[in-house]
Amino acid sequence: MPITRDEVAHLARLSRLALSDEELDHLAPQLDQIISSVAQVQEVAADGIPPTTHATGLTNIYRADDPVPCLTPEEALSGAPAVELQRFKVPRILVEE
Amino acid sequence: MTVSYEEALQKYEPVFGLETHVELGTRTKMFCGCITTFGAEPNTHTCPVCLGLPGSLPVINERAIEYTIRIGLALNCSIASWCRFARKNYFYPDMPKNFQISQYDEPLCTDGYLDVAIGGKTVRVGIERVHMEEDTGKSLHVGGATGRIQGAEYSLVDYNRAGIPLVEIVTKPVPGTGFLAPEVARAYVTELRDVLRTLGVSDVRMEEGSLRCDVNTSITLAGSGVWGTRTETKNVNSLRSVERAVRSEVARQAEVLDSGNRVIQETRHFHEDSGVTTSGRSKEEAQDYRYFPEPDLVPVAPASDWVEEIGKTLPELPSARRARLIESWSLSELEFEALRNAGALDAVEATVAAGASPADARKWWLGELARRANDAGIEVAELAITPADVARLSALVAAGTLNDRLARQVIEAVLDGEGTPDEVVAARGLAVVSDDSALTGAIDEAIAANPDVAARIRGGKPQAVGVLVGAVMKATRGQADAARVKDLILERLA
Amino acid sequence: MNELTKKTAAELAAAIAAGEASATEVTRAHLDRIGAVDGAVKAFLHVAAEDALAQAREVDRKRAAGEPLGALAGVPVAVKDLFTTVGMPTTCGSKILEGWVPPYDATITKRLRGADAVLIGKTNMDEFAMGSSTENSGFWTSHNPWDLTKVPGGSSGGSAAAVAAYETPLALGTDTGGSIRQPAAVCGIVGTKPTYGGNSRYGVVAFASSLDTPGPFGRTVLDAALLHEVMSGHDPMDSTSIDAPVPPVVEAARHGDVAGLRIGIVSEFSGDGYQPGVMSRFTEAVELLESLGAKVTEISCPHFKYALPAYYLIAPSEVSSNLARFDGMRYGLRVGGGSAEEVMAASREAGFGAEVKRRIMLGTYALSSGYYDAYYGKAQQVRTLIIRDFDNAFSQVDVLISPPTPTTAFDIGERADDPMAMYLADLCTIPSNLAGNAAISVPIGLAPEDGLPVGLQVMAPPLADDRLYRVAAAVEAAFENRWGHPLLTEAKGLS
Repeated sequence: MPITRDEVAHLARLSRLALSDEELDHLAPQLDQIISSVAQVQEVAADGIPPTTHATGLTNIYRADDPVPCLTPEEALSGAPAVELQRFKVPRILVEE
Repeated sequence: MTVSYEEALQKYEPVFGLETHVELGTRTKMFCGCITTFGAEPNTHTCPVCLGLPGSLPVINERAIEYTIRIGLALNCSIASWCRFARKNYFYPDMPKNFQISQYDEPLCTDGYLDVAIGGKTVRVGIERVHMEEDTGKSLHVGGATGRIQGAEYSLVDYNRAGIPLVEIVTKPVPGTGFLAPEVARAYVTELRDVLRTLGVSDVRMEEGSLRCDVNTSITLAGSGVWGTRTETKNVNSLRSVERAVRSEVARQAEVLDSGNRVIQETRHFHEDSGVTTSGRSKEEAQDYRYFPEPDLVPVAPASDWVEEIGKTLPELPSARRARLIESWSLSELEFEALRNAGALDAVEATVAAGASPADARKWWLGELARRANDAGIEVAELAITPADVARLSALVAAGTLNDRLARQVIEAVLDGEGTPDEVVAARGLAVVSDDSALTGAIDEAIAANPDVAARIRGGKPQAVGVLVGAVMKATRGQADAARVKDLILERLA
Repeated sequence: MNELTKKTAAELAAAIAAGEASATEVTRAHLDRIGAVDGAVKAFLHVAAEDALAQAREVDRKRAAGEPLGALAGVPVAVKDLFTTVGMPTTCGSKILEGWVPPYDATITKRLRGADAVLIGKTNMDEFAMGSSTENSGFWTSHNPWDLTKVPGGSSGGSAAAVAAYETPLALGTDTGGSIRQPAAVCGIVGTKPTYGGNSRYGVVAFASSLDTPGPFGRTVLDAALLHEVMSGHDPMDSTSIDAPVPPVVEAARHGDVAGLRIGIVSEFSGDGYQPGVMSRFTEAVELLESLGAKVTEISCPHFKYALPAYYLIAPSEVSSNLARFDGMRYGLRVGGGSAEEVMAASREAGFGAEVKRRIMLGTYALSSGYYDAYYGKAQQVRTLIIRDFDNAFSQVDVLISPPTPTTAFDIGERADDPMAMYLADLCTIPSNLAGNAAISVPIGLAPEDGLPVGLQVMAPPLADDRLYRVAAAVEAAFENRWGHPLLTEAKGLS
């Protein structure tokens, strides 16, 4: 089933990508083509086949509840575009979670 | 036109549910070794993992799993033999990875219940699920009038809290509580909090955010059998708010329906000051979190003997303790509630264990000691007097060494740090004068000073003895057994 | 070219340990070589000249003081810019991380430092490891040292080119869908995708978490094995890493032998789309293996033809989530004004390239409610079937072989804006990533039609990495015997 330009625009919004119109024009047909191609997986008869999310088969990997030294605040904030009061300064948030 | 809660209940039946988030009291975070202590300087408890730095990977804190299993067992849940973490994807600045590692369709614990005692009845609140996730960072919103997000110019984010283990406990919808719905909701949270505290898995302080509630409310036309649309109310920060939130939301929804409108499925914000909810984010366009199994973590498959072991080491839960104490102390439900609400259960139990009778122990802790704690603005358990001290005090009174008044003086002295009851009694010489002969002098003086009273007593009016008793008590600075003094005087004047 | 830069890592390590060469002169020789050729090859995003010389001097000091030296003491190693390195920028080939210097080392970075290797610089790559040519790098495209108009493969193209151009004897890469094996093949060197979980992903910026596997590049099988052994092993910081001994890969590399080995040719990896020269070299390799005593049969792995679409659902889904953290709030590029939401979207728009954007949106689509079962869910079922195909194959043979990629190095620009064509480069390599197997690419000659390198892919079950080296070493020795010299010496551009 083809994906429309509007649907691609919606995906861009969901992914926080402010695509320009030109980009949208360019990427939408490519995405359509890719999606049609990967849809091939639906041809495979897979009733009763369990999905594999982890190839190793490992389970129950834990660590003990013992403290480990933290980064210093300088290290933690070292890449920050903006800092105030030893916190990450971010622009105003529109929608509260 | 505002519909009151009472009016709403004439037509509608309330249904509520609660989603409670509990911060676990583990030493370190859910997926990394950063410490979890509250109130540190910002961004001093972070590492590449809880900051979500590129390349970082989570590793599960085993104690958090243990604590969650403990909670699940205490809530009578089934513990999954195999489950996974999942990513909940959404963008928000207090979430360093812009996804939260949580659990989706494979929670660790499912299908349990918690019995809540209310008004002499028991309501069984079904537990849908108990799952684990990581907490987010905390934001300071700067520039707006109220410090809230609306109107803020920018925000300052501290990630100390990011990654702290959270357990989410979701109830099944609770219908059929009728008028008592708000109280039942509150009682559930209270009981849950007590269970969690007893288990030792969290300090459950609502004011510090280690216990957070979201309240779901809907109403249904009485007898219709059709469930209404539910709303979710956040910012419910105290037990009282839980009760008020249900009450106000039921009333609001009734008004909406009565006006011919429909209730919108949305998130609402509870206001402490006004006690009402206001509209927040619309949940109509329900957010798609695109959950998928967390690829950086492998499945959690707790061994059945480990789960059994945890079950065996569970402490006595509040409901079992209630039943036991009511029976062994012959209390009524109300008397028990009084003890529980005063926070005096542990103290009383320890005092009884130290030798006092339940009645005496209750009398002291609920009376004099509760009053002093209240005056000082602290919990009863925080007073500088031990249950052993109180038991001793009780014994001294029973033996006649102290009377109630003297006992209260001893309490004050102990609280002031003067020592144990025995030390105080010895140091201050507070013992009741028990030697009759020591009282003779004071009695004689009192009689001599009040000849008319003495005459009245001789003349057949023993009730007048009170004045003489008072005089003797004053002369002995209260260190006499008033009843004994009275007897002695009456004997003298017989 | 300095004699030192022609030496293998094994030779350099021995020479430095024996005091025949100093680590400082070895590093200087390689820095000079980088200076001479990297203007054309453009393998490096960051050359850590001062830092590398300081590391080398430290090795010399330790040696002079009689202190114990690590297994790779003084040997230069180039690091794909996907591994975090304290003090060196880590860009992942992306503008969104331009200039970011991590406050922590990847576990593998630490292990290399612990082995006294000299980390000589960070290499170019397709942005966030998505691509097969380095053309998706946010900075520039690297060039194949065999022919500078051709791609060096990807996504670890910079690392492969640097090794092939003698700029470094060893390099680190990562392989998620073929990103070590395919560049190794088209650059005429050795590259291994170890068993998934065989080495640590902590500090390796995540592309597709359940597929990403760090691995080694070298000009010889032994060199690759030496790096493989040093970098590998369980890491408690990585929950997906396997707690098992590192397979004896160096031992195996020293004793190449295929006598009596059962080898299976994957019948699906041939036919349309496969360059004739690639296939003819492959056929010769098969004959060689048989002449060395291997028993070669054909095995069908019927679900392998669904590996590519399954991969292009699973990988983008995981990466759409892994890359969400790049939003300009805590590190990296921040552009635009307005609300946090607007700044996030503007920063990601400006910082990410087209392929990254395509895959993020594809992943968002595949995970969306209503699409999950048909796309991501189905792909994970296909994954199970592919694992079963491998299990079935390995119950009959010890290793599987195929070409690593259907063609030799293609022209720069040829597939740059044709994602579907680009994806075909991964046809043969993807199944091993989905299954978590070990696989290697070893050079087997040049394609007659274009004179460009062709490799042989060998695949083994998980934790049988040593089997790869045993086969590869045998193939390498036999071919070099036949040619009279290592393949790379035929490269015209490299002198």
